Amino acid sequence: MKKIILWSLVAFISFQAAGQKKLYSTKTGTAFFDAGTGVENISGTNKAVMSVFDAVSGQMQSSMLVKGFEFWSQPMQDHFNENYMESDKFPKSTFSGKITNIDKVNFSKDGNYPVEVKGTLEIHGVKKEIVAKGTMKVTGETVAASSEFVVVLEDYNIHIPGVVKDKLAKDAKIKINCTYSLIK
Amino acid sequence: MSVKISKLIYTLGLICLAQVGFAQDDLLSSIDNGDKPKEYIKNAFKSSRVINGHSIEFIGKGVLDVRILHRFGLLNSGFSNLYGLDQATMRFGFDYGVLNNLTVGIGRSTFDKEWDAFVKYRPIQQSTGGSRPSPVSVVLVSGMTASTTPGIYPERNYYTNKLAYYHEIIVGRKFNEKFSAQLSSTLVHLNIVPLSTDPNNIYALGLGARYKLSKRTAFVVDYHYILRNLGENEENNNTAGSLFSTMKNPLSIGFDIETGGHVFQLHFSNCSGMNEKAFITKTTSSWGKGEIRFGFNLSRVFTVSKPKA
Repeated sequence: MKKIILWSLVAFISFQAAGQKKLYSTKTGTAFFDAGTGVENISGTNKAVMSVFDAVSGQMQSSMLVKGFEFWSQPMQDHFNENYMESDKFPKSTFSGKITNIDKVNFSKDGNYPVEVKGTLEIHGVKKEIVAKGTMKVTGETVAASSEFVVVLEDYNIHIPGVVKDKLAKDAKIKINCTYSLIK
Repeated sequence: MSVKISKLIYTLGLICLAQVGFAQDDLLSSIDNGDKPKEYIKNAFKSSRVINGHSIEFIGKGVLDVRILHRFGLLNSGFSNLYGLDQATMRFGFDYGVLNNLTVGIGRSTFDKEWDAFVKYRPIQQSTGGSRPSPVSVVLVSGMTASTTPGIYPERNYYTNKLAYYHEIIVGRKFNEKFSAQLSSTLVHLNIVPLSTDPNNIYALGLGARYKLSKRTAFVVDYHYILRNLGENEENNNTAGSLFSTMKNPLSIGFDIETGGHVFQLHFSNCSGMNEKAFITKTTSSWGKGEIRFGFNLSRVFTVSKPKA
């Protein structure tokens, strides 16, 4: 009987260890995109990016509402939702993947760490594998992460009509800034 | 006793395992509590007008909408008039979005050499989620028109005789991505009418609808039903020279085409008036007799006041 108790305890503890996570999260990350060619300012900012990552496994997930993008011009924002992103049909943009070099980040030591993220980016209902480089700045229990990458609009079935070809770039520069804090 | 303890430990272990399994699937569920924020429904119509009448759509804060409208002559006026294209009346106007829910506008029509100005306000906007979502949008419009011609009584050429007013309430809903519809009730007050038996207040019920054919094109219908005299005054409807004797219900059918900052509204219609007073009380052509005209609205928006970042 004592053996059973002992093994149970061992099993219990090992389950704990296997399931151990160190989750960092934010609900107020920002995503900025710029798809202008210099003719007109075509850029938007979303200040309600939700993102979570696990400092142990490196698993990372992010999500944002497409309608959360704000533009300097109301008509531009309407066209973005109505004609390009079809945000009633595809309300969310998501990312699900992994920080491939999470073991290089020492979360108990403040500092800047270069990271690489690999995973699936879903925009406009189209899923695509991407790899993006970024940095993580550890300060105590918060991690400020930033990344810049480029997406080709055509890859995500976002078509550019002829009349705006000189104004709208074929690819959008995307900047992500998230300040994560540790979930306790 | 010890059996009980071991059972307890197993149970705890299972609970722990279950939690691990659950958390593995979706990290976001740990912070996303599923609350749906209040979301206002936008883009029920492509433009702030269905065709002639106001729509439940607003142009947005700090946006200037330059509108150039044309109504041509009758299609059945023959080849020598190029099916009406030789003849055109036009209105140009400027609408400005003071707030997201408040627009003011001014315009000038060649028809009756008439100025018009309006205030358009949306007290309720259709929304989902949040604490008090609304299934419909409600819009109020008030405007006035001032003709600069001598009018129907040149011998009584007073300023006030050239004024008219309109007040309108619109209730509309975007049913889905493609289909939107609205009902409106409009009161047009004419300061002067042809006969003493004519009413100064004319009421009209409006129906506007759009069906999107593609991302950038839509089919639209705009109809107003005029409430004529009933009961003892009914005879007046047919009296020669009376207000109602020539008045027809305006019906317009057309297509919206959007290209970047422009919206083109191309349509066929029996009316040539381009403000509420003109198209409700001055429509004399009849669809039944083939008295149809081609027309277009051109809308170009400029964001003149940028919100602070």
